Amino acid sequence: MQDLYKKLKKQFSLGELTEQRDDLAFITIEKDKLRPLLTHLRDVEGYSHLVLLTAVDWLEEGIFQLTYLISNRTAAKDIGLRVMISRDKATMESIHDIWPTAATYQRELREMFGIDFPDSPRVNDDFILEGWNNIPPYRRDFDTLKYSTENFAQRPGRETKDPAEHMKQQLYPDGAE
Amino acid sequence: MAYQPDRSQYPQPGSDGKLDIDLKSGKYLKLWQGPQHPGITGNMSVELTVCGDEVVEGITHVGYLHRGFEKLMERRTFIQCFPIVCRICVPEPDFNEYCYAAAVEELAGIEIPQQAKWIRALILEMGRINSYLMYVGGQAGSFGMGVIGQWTTYVRDLMLDRFEELTGARIYHMFILPGGVRDSLPEGFAQRMEGTLCEIEKTMQDVYDAMYCNAVYKKRSVGVGVIDLDLMDSYGVTGPNARAAGVAKDVRKDQPYLVYSELEFEAILGVDSDIYTRSDVRRRDLLQSVDLVRQILVKMPKEGSIMTKLPNVLHWKIPRGETYIRGECSRGEYGYYLVTDGSAYPRRVNVRGPSYTHAMSLLERMIVNLNIADVAGLMVSLHTYPPEIER
Repeated sequence: MQDLYKKLKKQFSLGELTEQRDDLAFITIEKDKLRPLLTHLRDVEGYSHLVLLTAVDWLEEGIFQLTYLISNRTAAKDIGLRVMISRDKATMESIHDIWPTAATYQRELREMFGIDFPDSPRVNDDFILEGWNNIPPYRRDFDTLKYSTENFAQRPGRETKDPAEHMKQQLYPDGAE
Repeated sequence: MAYQPDRSQYPQPGSDGKLDIDLKSGKYLKLWQGPQHPGITGNMSVELTVCGDEVVEGITHVGYLHRGFEKLMERRTFIQCFPIVCRICVPEPDFNEYCYAAAVEELAGIEIPQQAKWIRALILEMGRINSYLMYVGGQAGSFGMGVIGQWTTYVRDLMLDRFEELTGARIYHMFILPGGVRDSLPEGFAQRMEGTLCEIEKTMQDVYDAMYCNAVYKKRSVGVGVIDLDLMDSYGVTGPNARAAGVAKDVRKDQPYLVYSELEFEAILGVDSDIYTRSDVRRRDLLQSVDLVRQILVKMPKEGSIMTKLPNVLHWKIPRGETYIRGECSRGEYGYYLVTDGSAYPRRVNVRGPSYTHAMSLLERMIVNLNIADVAGLMVSLHTYPPEIER
């Protein structure tokens, strides 16, 4: 992976490289470098399979991390491209013309994280949620517990045990901390 | 020669990319296949627009069983996530347990005992057999042969008995947890498993005679629902769907995990990439899994440690990092992308199920020009499980 990173670095401006395993590495890149790099990796280096596209919410730092995981089947290697975008008015360029299947991922990210992908087919259509009127639910600042407490009622007469306390009693009955 | 429809009479896409369909013209009809429909695999639906009995547009709708697993896991400690991941996929839950456990182990720097790897591989192959048995019944049912499903359900039940004696549960086994597996094999397990495997082989021979050699099944499935080779990478097609077109994609061979490098098998391939070939690849894959279970039971060490000692799981913090773990499930590449931030909770878990691409973008593309009666057959032949789409 080091060799490929050095080779790519001659052509593209790349950020930090994290070698997770021999066959898996993550590279941080700038937002506007994604398209040329993806196209190069797909057409020249054989990374032709888009494994997944997802987002990670780093709320404290005010950024979304978009991870484009691509795979080279012949060489049995994977690269995750990390693109950091601002959480405010989060938008990203669509890659549905490189991989048509990316449109589905982008539609989900639009709904679940509120990240816009202009020009992506049907990106504003409902995907999983219907009539959702709150902040996008996979954002870290969406509190699932608060939402369910406010919107759903507990069945009367039902006892709820605290899972953490229950596990503590079951797994460490002698009181180990 | 496949039927070539006259596209000139069909609606053309407008500037927004959507088809311009005038329902009032009386030429087109909207039909909902699902969410409650015997021809739909699980809880999803396809909104069909038909002209006569031919589909001109199919839009998939999901969201009927969204439980927000990925979000729920962000509020749970690493060990609390383990019993909920299996719920993501009912017919083959063990891949969720394996991928999640392997991702946690990698980021926490834990090495599991060799014996646990063998038992994990055994469980995964048993799950694969179960998943294929369900599939064969569904594929036959989608073409009107309901009795095949009853046969395969019977032998699947025998395999569930083996699961029950090994794990204590029939559907959600919660057996593969970070650090290893919960138990070793019970006494006499191999002999009882051999009985079950023989029964499965016998039933699959009957299924072959009654279904795969059936003129009606062949007539309806040969040459229908062909996935072109150029769609493989652009639509992320994996597993038997790709192998039926001759594309040798099998994670067990390409990037061997657990003990697959010590087992003797070849990726099962087809040529024609139609519904019949896909069903035949799966039938041969099922019989290969039967052989793999036998190999595992012979080759695995008779005893050994099955669990690594974990730190106190109530306060288990995993350093910041990210990884992706994949495995070859019965439907293709199954993977977990796990991101940790140094706390006791995952920062992000993303489940990559093969149905995510197969049942959404690929199905919507392939469904066009199909006869309404073949929609169910096509959908089952892609082997889709909707919970993977909406997690």
